[in-house]
Amino acid sequence: MAVDLSGLVYCDLSGASLLLSMEAAHGAALPILGAVPHVTALLARARASVTPAGPRAATRSASPNLVRAVGDAIAYLGEVVCAVLFLPARRRMLRWPDLLRFADQAGVRAIPLIILLGYLMGLILAFQSAVPMRRFGADLYVANLVAISLLRELGPLLAAVILAGRTGSAFAAEIGSMKVNQEVDALVTMSIDPVTMLVLPRLMAAILVMPALALILDVAGLLGMTTVMTGFGYPLITIARQVQAAATPLDLFGGLFKGMCFGSAVAVISCFAGLNTGVGPRAVGQAATAAVVGGIVATIFLDGLFSILFYRLGL
Amino acid sequence: MSAIRVSGVTQRFGARTIFRDVSFEVRDGEVFTILGGSGCGKSTMLNQLVGLLAPTTGTIEVLGHTITGKAGAEGRHAMQREVGVMFQSGALFGSMTLLENVMLPLEIFTDLPPDGRAAVARMKLGLVGLGHATALMPAEISGGMAKRAGIARAMALDPPLLFLDEPSAGLDPITSAELDRLILGLRDDLGTTFVVVTHELASILAIADRCVMLDRNAFPDAGGMIAQGDPRRLRDESTHPMVRAFFRREIPE
Ligand SMILES: Nc1ncnc2c1ncn2[C@@H]1O[C@H](COP(=O)(O)OP(=O)(O)OP(=O)(O)O)[C@@H](O)[C@H]1O
Ligand SMILES: [Mg+2]
Repeated sequence: MAVDLSGLVYCDLSGASLLLSMEAAHGAALPILGAVPHVTALLARARASVTPAGPRAATRSASPNLVRAVGDAIAYLGEVVCAVLFLPARRRMLRWPDLLRFADQAGVRAIPLIILLGYLMGLILAFQSAVPMRRFGADLYVANLVAISLLRELGPLLAAVILAGRTGSAFAAEIGSMKVNQEVDALVTMSIDPVTMLVLPRLMAAILVMPALALILDVAGLLGMTTVMTGFGYPLITIARQVQAAATPLDLFGGLFKGMCFGSAVAVISCFAGLNTGVGPRAVGQAATAAVVGGIVATIFLDGLFSILFYRLGL
Repeated sequence: MSAIRVSGVTQRFGARTIFRDVSFEVRDGEVFTILGGSGCGKSTMLNQLVGLLAPTTGTIEVLGHTITGKAGAEGRHAMQREVGVMFQSGALFGSMTLLENVMLPLEIFTDLPPDGRAAVARMKLGLVGLGHATALMPAEISGGMAKRAGIARAMALDPPLLFLDEPSAGLDPITSAELDRLILGLRDDLGTTFVVVTHELASILAIADRCVMLDRNAFPDAGGMIAQGDPRRLRDESTHPMVRAFFRREIPE
């Protein structure tokens, strides 16, 4: 077999590479007949540029090794604990304006959403439970039910889910893009501890704002419930008495404490996702997703633990 | 005394050996350059020298601290207090102005009052020709400006050892020459040691006291070191085809 190029007057690099791939498919060099000089030169140049592909380097993100991931997570938790313990010596690495900025971003700006969702939640809960309760003539007790479930469970849980979705993703994306841009490396070479400078202010902001968010959500939910109950014709004073009788301060503070724990879990996990951002443009998005998923899963997991704990303690 | 001692360092990423068995020494108070084609592992080498990447094998000693091996973590921490690093991308903190970027190390590691910090930071930015841009954010400046701001930040604490990754890439010839003059000035006046990664031939011949040259194809199956010494002598005397190609643009057929 031979290639006859005698009719060919012009050939570009793409044409040359097509000819070469034909040759490669054939398995051996083909005699080229009648090519004009510029085509011969072009083919020689294209031939010289063909190099066997090197082995693909295995990157960290290519092989998500479970054992190493767990090891990394444990090491990171240790670093967070160390950062807290050594904070007096490293207090200058914690920048207070950062803390205020994160508290504003995670807390103040979330308030409208918290109020809206809390109110709707109270409204829906009250309405849905009123229908079956009415059959037993017990619709007054909807107030008790909603108050207890909001203060003990739904308030902190929903606030944590909102924190994970709104703020956890932002934490992970911010730290992730710093990682991609080598800013985290720069911190390390400046002997500034990245955990102290990047994670602690976010963690403190989350711990600070979560009880407030949960409390606001509780109040908004109770208002939603009150809306439904007054619609059913109950006077405000009756509803208030009912709530007062059902919910103890212990329910409220237990819930707020849970909220604090959920908030710290969300912050720690989303910062971990950010610090573990891989390479490439998709990595930051993946880190944000991991932060939200991890934050919500951890919150619900912790909530289960709290249920067992509170039950054992008889709270 | 040598500022850095590298012996038998190999770096593998998965199946690829980026370089094998690299050894060199950087003497106190000299400008040392790491040369080589794009992708031969210069930034990787630099990451090892500043303690961000542990070499697969080999030992590295920087300013008397051993930063590799089992006890390397302590050495790395001690070493990182004494060096300044400029990354290839600048790696400025995106949420701070240039002035705040340079002030950050001063804020954390010195007891200067705020106006003293600002004065020092302004002076460092002025040295790299950015005195007019101190209030800009990293997103608002050009690539060459980001590099120079990175140099100013690396110099913030007047470290005795500075690492610069391609300081003059992307700069015009005048700014690049000014930067070369700054590097030589700091070497002569303060005795600062420099490790500079660069491809700029003019810059290498102007500033480098000694150099090491890496190549992707030093071994049949791996990259490595192909030459080291005074770059002017390498240019005039080396017989290695890649060294000749680099310095004299004589590309082997
Ligand atoms: N984390 C990593 N995982 C896998 N391979 C890597 C990694 N980092 C670098 N490499 C590979 O190492 C080689 C050297 O990269 P490096 O960035 O050190 O090159 P360089 O000499 O600095 O190039 P340039 O002059 O273009 O900056 C490249 O081929 C790159 O693919
Ligand atoms: Mg590089």
